[in-house]
Amino acid sequence: MNWVDTVLQGILLGGLYALFAAGLSLVFGIMRLVNLAHGDLIVLAAYLIFVLVGTLGLNPFVAMAIAMPIMFAIGWLLQTYVFNRTLGPDILPPLLVTFGLSVVLQNGLLQAYSADSRRIPSGYLETASVRLGSLHVGVMPLLTFASALAVIVILNRLLYATELGRAFRATSDDAVTAGLMGIRPQRTFAIATGIAMAVVAIAALYLGTRSNFDPTIGPARLIYAFESVIMGGLGSLWGTLAGGIVLGVAQTIGGAVNPEWQILAGHIAFVLVLLFRPRGLFPRAVD
Amino acid sequence: MHGPATTWRVETRTKTSTIFMAFGALAVIAGLLAPLYVPRAALQDLFFILTMLVLAQSWNLLAGYAGLVSVGQQAFVGLGAYVMFAGVLLFKLDPLVAILLGGFAAALLAIPAGIFAFRLQGAYFAIGTWVVAEIVRLVVAQWKTLGGGTGTSLPGPATRSMLGIDLAKNLFGFRPAQAVDVICYWVALLLAVATILLVYRLLRSRQGLALASVRDNHEAARAIGVDARRLRAIVYVASAFMTGIVGALIYVQKARISPDAAFSLTDWTAYVIFIVVIGGIGTIEGPIVGVLIFFGLQKLLADFGSIYLLVLGLIGIVVMLFAQEGLWGLFASRTGIQLLPVRRLLRGGSLKN
Repeated sequence: MNWVDTVLQGILLGGLYALFAAGLSLVFGIMRLVNLAHGDLIVLAAYLIFVLVGTLGLNPFVAMAIAMPIMFAIGWLLQTYVFNRTLGPDILPPLLVTFGLSVVLQNGLLQAYSADSRRIPSGYLETASVRLGSLHVGVMPLLTFASALAVIVILNRLLYATELGRAFRATSDDAVTAGLMGIRPQRTFAIATGIAMAVVAIAALYLGTRSNFDPTIGPARLIYAFESVIMGGLGSLWGTLAGGIVLGVAQTIGGAVNPEWQILAGHIAFVLVLLFRPRGLFPRAVD
Repeated sequence: MHGPATTWRVETRTKTSTIFMAFGALAVIAGLLAPLYVPRAALQDLFFILTMLVLAQSWNLLAGYAGLVSVGQQAFVGLGAYVMFAGVLLFKLDPLVAILLGGFAAALLAIPAGIFAFRLQGAYFAIGTWVVAEIVRLVVAQWKTLGGGTGTSLPGPATRSMLGIDLAKNLFGFRPAQAVDVICYWVALLLAVATILLVYRLLRSRQGLALASVRDNHEAARAIGVDARRLRAIVYVASAFMTGIVGALIYVQKARISPDAAFSLTDWTAYVIFIVVIGGIGTIEGPIVGVLIFFGLQKLLADFGSIYLLVLGLIGIVVMLFAQEGLWGLFASRTGIQLLPVRRLLRGGSLKN
């Protein structure tokens, strides 16, 4: 067995998990909203891209570019008309409402597209690979990782170098005071969720092109995304990438030892990280 | 001069609740005798309702009273069921004894699971319990003697020679398969009544008051010396025990187990959450109302497959957005009726109430 190869594949897989998690990390960091429907929204976006590719014959990347504003709108609407009503000191309403949304999305997709598994066709990219020294690395995993890096760099610039980002951070620190300064927290939240959903469209492209998907796989993606966010530490996007990489490497090493241990190894890594560092690897915000 | 000494009493009982208690006792007796006048299919429906009620009451105790929103109750259902199977298949135990074993195993799992999950706050706790359930499912799927990932069945003779079967057969003249259903039903009824009484007693006790104070104001409760952590840990383990026992019982009746079914998030946690939320979280009556609505919806929409869950999810969202106290809560706040009151009322003296 080639351990270097296994670890490298794990790191690249971590890029995919970081993409799943980036939107979640952003929303959680800004408004402490735990969106249990996040995984199902990724699957929804994957179906959206799948339909765009299938009916219009678009290139998957063009389809993703079309899906991004649509997902932004969905996120904005969800936050404005549903999630904003649930935010408050009690954590139960947002948890239960997003949990309900998760069940609705899963069964809606099941109704519309049946339980058949699908895949977004991506032509020669499906099998293309490049040589790195003695290793062969898939182009798709590399693109995924590069996209994760790009998303995190852009989101960080947005957060720390723009007026909108200042509004995000101010609302995150103290929504009431931010409101006194002329920021409308509810509108800020809606934009944040919209951006998170645009990132979800990117994640969905890689989810759908790299492996099969069906309406029921959302919850497992949600768990991976959450594990990445929590392991990385609240409010740090680079931490989320680190969390995703820990999860990805643990899974590929576990899977290399015994294929049945792949998922289990990821969960155990999560438990171990939290036992030793309850606030994650790189915590920034205080909750 | 003082007037006649005013005597103050703290009461939790109301007139309606006393009437309801009498009515409830009658209902339990009618329920005990149900196998005599109810067809077998209806008995299985009642079994389903009662077991879901126990699951709902124990989740409600966690989320509604202790503020612990667990999305991982399927860990305890599945482990309880699997340990019961192990007891029957590997150690040749009587299924009813193995059910108890399942409950204890679930309570035992709750200790390390709790140590891990209690380090996580609020929403993190929910995810943590879910991950624990996934870990237990994946580990149990490695248990080759119990069928690994594909699962296994309970041999017919094992359940047909269960404790009490002879009694049911001789007393009422049931056939063996029917007698198994009857025994399972009686145990479910017993569990449902025991759970409701246990939760009711707990909430009326000192510990119950402490629990409510922690839920309503964590800091204030700590300031007057309530040990929130200890209380929550006790509730978490107790709820795991109840969930494990009922999980094991469900699988005595099903007689067929697989990791995906026994650790199903939808069946053992999502349904339960909707039952409690729709009925009314944080009340004992809520889950009772919720389970009846849930069952009615299921019968009504049985032919529509996934539409059923879709509707259930939408109702859950609407209730959470517009009527957070649930249907029972709406009813109780309009009418002031409480069937199982846990609120303390000050009476006597010059207060006219």
